[in-house]
Amino acid sequence: MKRRLLLLLLPVGFLGLALFFYQGLSLDPSQRDSALMARDFPAFEATTLRDENRRVDQSLLQGDVTLVNVWGEWCPACKQEMPQLLELADRGIRMVGVNYRDTREKGMEFLSEFGDPFETNIFDPEGELGFDLGVYGAPETFLVDADGVIRYHHKGYVSPQDVRERILPEVEKWR
Amino acid sequence: MALIRIVAALMLLVMASGAVAAGIELREFDDPVTEKRYRDLTASMRCPLCENQAINDSDAPISADMRERVYQLLQDGQSDIEIVNHMVQRFGEYILYNPRLESRTYLLWGLPIALVLLGALVVVLMIRARRNASAKALSAEERQRIDALINRKRSS
Repeated sequence: MKRRLLLLLLPVGFLGLALFFYQGLSLDPSQRDSALMARDFPAFEATTLRDENRRVDQSLLQGDVTLVNVWGEWCPACKQEMPQLLELADRGIRMVGVNYRDTREKGMEFLSEFGDPFETNIFDPEGELGFDLGVYGAPETFLVDADGVIRYHHKGYVSPQDVRERILPEVEKWR
Repeated sequence: MALIRIVAALMLLVMASGAVAAGIELREFDDPVTEKRYRDLTASMRCPLCENQAINDSDAPISADMRERVYQLLQDGQSDIEIVNHMVQRFGEYILYNPRLESRTYLLWGLPIALVLLGALVVVLMIRARRNASAKALSAEERQRIDALINRKRSS
């Protein structure tokens, strides 16, 4: 009897491991959380896209819940998500852009063509702020609470469905 | 004819080396130790975008940025651990091909060792059981029965 039980241990153990690994197969490695979750927005110092004499730093992200969108003129998905970002701005959500690895000229062209939902655009031509944010491909969107802490991260294109089902509830949660 | 062939071969070589240089930039190091550390570090980090390429093997812009940062930090005299922490702080544990040992990864590192130990235990138990079985002598009654059976077979 004891022997039977011991023999049973093998298939049970195997099934357990198989289930565990099978579950791993359906995980999407690109859907991982940002390493900056629940951490302060990284310190930075930069100029703005529109005014090369205006200097901004991380205090820009304090005082109000803010959506920070990392974009560039070279990024097709950024163009596609512009209507959704404009809608979010219309709802009274504070938006700050990070113009990532771009030139002033192209960045401004982009905004005049696709609309400008951003209160301010941080100019990041070398991608330094992007690097500190762990950005590895635009667009990426961060939700920063009133204390300047990163609370939510959205990788890639923001669809109208993402706005309804993820972004708006998160904004409400941290307001 | 031979000359044309040699020129063509040379041109191919030049073009090939150009293609390699486009992917991975050449860097100057003060000493071979730093160069080795740079190679090891960039081989041990996964590109966050391309998922199964190390940053020293990837053409993604972010990999170039990360290689550049590793190089800069090495020039600043930071230790390997500091450089790895610098990267993990920004891009997460995901970029490490060798996850660090911490409470979250005990199962990952421990399971193979536990399985090997379990296997060894099973082997030891099996050997013991077999030894005990063979060592056990037959009782007088059992021997008599066996003899009887053997003899019956012979006589029939």
